[in-house]
Amino acid sequence: MEQPVTHSQTQVLTHTDHQQHPIKLYLVVWGLLFFLSVCSYMVDYLGFQHYLRWGLILLFMILKAGLIVAIFMHMAWERLALVYAVILPPILVLVFVALMTSEAHYTLFTRMTFFGIAQ
Amino acid sequence: MSQSSAQAKPEIALPRPTGLRGFASDWASDQRAFKNVSWGKAMMWIFLLSDTFIFGCFLVAYMTARVSTAIAWPNPSTVFALNIGGKEIPLILIAIMTFVLISSSGTMAMAVNYGYRRDRRKAAILMLITALFGAIFVGMQAFEWTKLITEGVRPWGNPWGAAQFGSTFFMITGFHGTHVSIGVIFLIVIARKVWRGDFDTERRGFFTSRKGNYEIVEIMGLYWHFVDLVWVFIFAFFYLW
Repeated sequence: MEQPVTHSQTQVLTHTDHQQHPIKLYLVVWGLLFFLSVCSYMVDYLGFQHYLRWGLILLFMILKAGLIVAIFMHMAWERLALVYAVILPPILVLVFVALMTSEAHYTLFTRMTFFGIAQ
Repeated sequence: MSQSSAQAKPEIALPRPTGLRGFASDWASDQRAFKNVSWGKAMMWIFLLSDTFIFGCFLVAYMTARVSTAIAWPNPSTVFALNIGGKEIPLILIAIMTFVLISSSGTMAMAVNYGYRRDRRKAAILMLITALFGAIFVGMQAFEWTKLITEGVRPWGNPWGAAQFGSTFFMITGFHGTHVSIGVIFLIVIARKVWRGDFDTERRGFFTSRKGNYEIVEIMGLYWHFVDLVWVFIFAFFYLW
């Protein structure tokens, strides 16, 4: 009965694998999220436009999302098996985004051409 | 159980490979893929992954509607402005809602920490503060909805431009607000269990008849942080873009 023993051993060993990190880390991340939110609000308040606006919005969004997932949700300390299972599938949504961008532009084109509502 | 014999000689187990080799061996093993994660945590992550696709689809639908309309999209900066002290401040309510939700995430993260330290009072109080922030957020959202509805925003039209603005707004913020509301209820339920000391006395659950442990606080936290995460994307794409 060698196999079951090793199996339960791994379970016992990993069962105590709690996510325990210093409170200070959470406070620092909290502060960073506040700062990044102020930054993204300022993008609107200062009235940046076009590529500067969109670029800054995306930059602050990705930084905030990364901090929340990595630190608050403890993803930074998980094994890659879980990290990839959770992070990779949503990235594939970008393919859907690309498809719908092209489709939406085509819809706009037909509306402009055949319904004559171009402004 | 064979647990006692396993605890007696735990040093026999080989260390798990890390990095990409670890990823491959975890997924190729015939036991389970998520080695050091309990089934509860793994299932919460899988649920959150499916929820990501729901909100992803909403945001893609919003993008499609906004790109394909020939009529100008209403400017969120002025639509969501508030008149404070005789001055129009753009997006101010949304900014405050963002700060409230981030603060609730901070208190939730600390509640998880105190839970694992078995400091049940601090954990329960921090969870209740988190729930309070969540309730404040939903309250402000109700205020925002009321304001927009009295100004004439409907799912089929609004006074400022493209008709799809109303339908996407109510759909996306409505679904998110529902998630926050469910989270508040979830928080109160778990906070009560923590406060009562269920995870110290190993009291059995009402529905499950199983003993719980402090990991439920972390699982609850995953859900709550996810709600905050979704708001980051809604804030960026719907309110700021």
